[in-house]
Amino acid sequence: MSVALTGPEISRALTRISHEILEKNSGSANITLLGIPTRGAHLASRISIIIDSIEGSRVPTGTLDITLHRDDLRMRAPRALMQTVIPSEGIDGRDVILIDDVLYSGRTIRAALDALGEIGRPKSVQLAILVDRGHRELPIRADFVGKNLPTSANQSVKVQLSEIDGIDEVVITESGEK
Amino acid sequence: MRHLLSISDLSKDEAVLILDTAIEMARASDGPMKKLPTLRGRTIVNLFAEDSTRTRISFEAAAKRLSADVINFGAKGSSLSKGESLKDTALTLQAMGADAVIIRHSASGAPVRLAESQWMTGSVINAGDGTHEHPSQALLDAFTIRKHCSRGGADLNGIRVGIVGDILHSRVARSNVLLLSLLGARVTLIAPPTLLPFGVENWPVELSYDFDSVISDLDAVMMLRVQQERMSDLFFPNAREYSRYFGLNKDRMNMMKRDSIVMHPGPMNRGLEITADVADSARSVIVEQVSNGVSVRMAILYLLLAGDNS
Repeated sequence: MSVALTGPEISRALTRISHEILEKNSGSANITLLGIPTRGAHLASRISIIIDSIEGSRVPTGTLDITLHRDDLRMRAPRALMQTVIPSEGIDGRDVILIDDVLYSGRTIRAALDALGEIGRPKSVQLAILVDRGHRELPIRADFVGKNLPTSANQSVKVQLSEIDGIDEVVITESGEK
Repeated sequence: MRHLLSISDLSKDEAVLILDTAIEMARASDGPMKKLPTLRGRTIVNLFAEDSTRTRISFEAAAKRLSADVINFGAKGSSLSKGESLKDTALTLQAMGADAVIIRHSASGAPVRLAESQWMTGSVINAGDGTHEHPSQALLDAFTIRKHCSRGGADLNGIRVGIVGDILHSRVARSNVLLLSLLGARVTLIAPPTLLPFGVENWPVELSYDFDSVISDLDAVMMLRVQQERMSDLFFPNAREYSRYFGLNKDRMNMMKRDSIVMHPGPMNRGLEITADVADSARSVIVEQVSNGVSVRMAILYLLLAGDNS
């Protein structure tokens, strides 16, 4: 097991991502943050707080559960559903920033794009990710990346956040290792 | 979970998971995502060998919101009315590639027979069998009670529910007794002795023959339909006497606790077990039970069919 990102590194990465989001979208006026539960939702609220403190205005922030849109539902036992909360402004015409903890095959993001299509028609959809570990199976890339982590497929990347895990940390474990 | 045949097959955690999933399903159907792709390409057969309005339409709506293909199959207008056996019907459905069969049958145990036979490989969901069980109705009732009475709790600990009337013929009552007590509620059955089933003293419930003496303690009052079509004997002297002692009217409703609710699984005999002014009052959640039914059934279909349960 090795630590890829420590707590302070995670908060610096989130601060940088927040600035990059503002830079790319020329401010926060038209952006909506949507976190993908569980950990993406916590990252979204952290980024929302950082943007508030930079811009001094509240950014619409919500969560988007994509379980019902997954393409691998039949391959696993049924999963419990998480909350979807769309901000009252809706997403039509907004610049939607999807936020998740790890980008891997890209299938979660594909499902999220499908889910967004059911809800409305955003002006643009951008992707912010804490860790990009490679091994994409679909033509999907992130716009904002906390850290690129080259991994092999038999490693696993675990993001831990203080809101639910009690600690801020990203660790890499080999398969079979506890 | 592969089948939903009886509440007694569920653990408390599974029951809570179904109710929690139903909350997200309700949110999804209230919001802009009316139609979800989750069960695309799955075929669900509604096999209703006995009449039903609510349950059949509710399952159909639930399946369609999850993008499944639904085939409706009723007793009238199918070969069931020509005397085709359950086995031959099941083999036909298997040959057509049904992923799930939702069955209502007048014979208690028909869904279990279907699930345990080798006739078909799909999931079997009991939508009411004879006087045995009606698990999806109990789940939607528990969902409704939890929403109104539990103050945010995951289970129904300490909530008092009265089930009133024709317990003897009621599969809704059997499923509800099992589920509500599993979830920690205190259940009281209120009925004339003639309408209580044999062996009821072994059920996890309290019994009362006097509606007025317990009504003020209840958080939820569930009225049952008097099932005249299943009554071959005389169970009470006449309808007026039944209404007077076990019906819910305005005066009796006014004895209920603040914030307590009135439920009925439908269809109602207005004027017999419940008066019209009570059924249409602010305490009545009877119409809401129907919309909760769709969310709960979406949750059941999702949990049984979406994943790999093998």
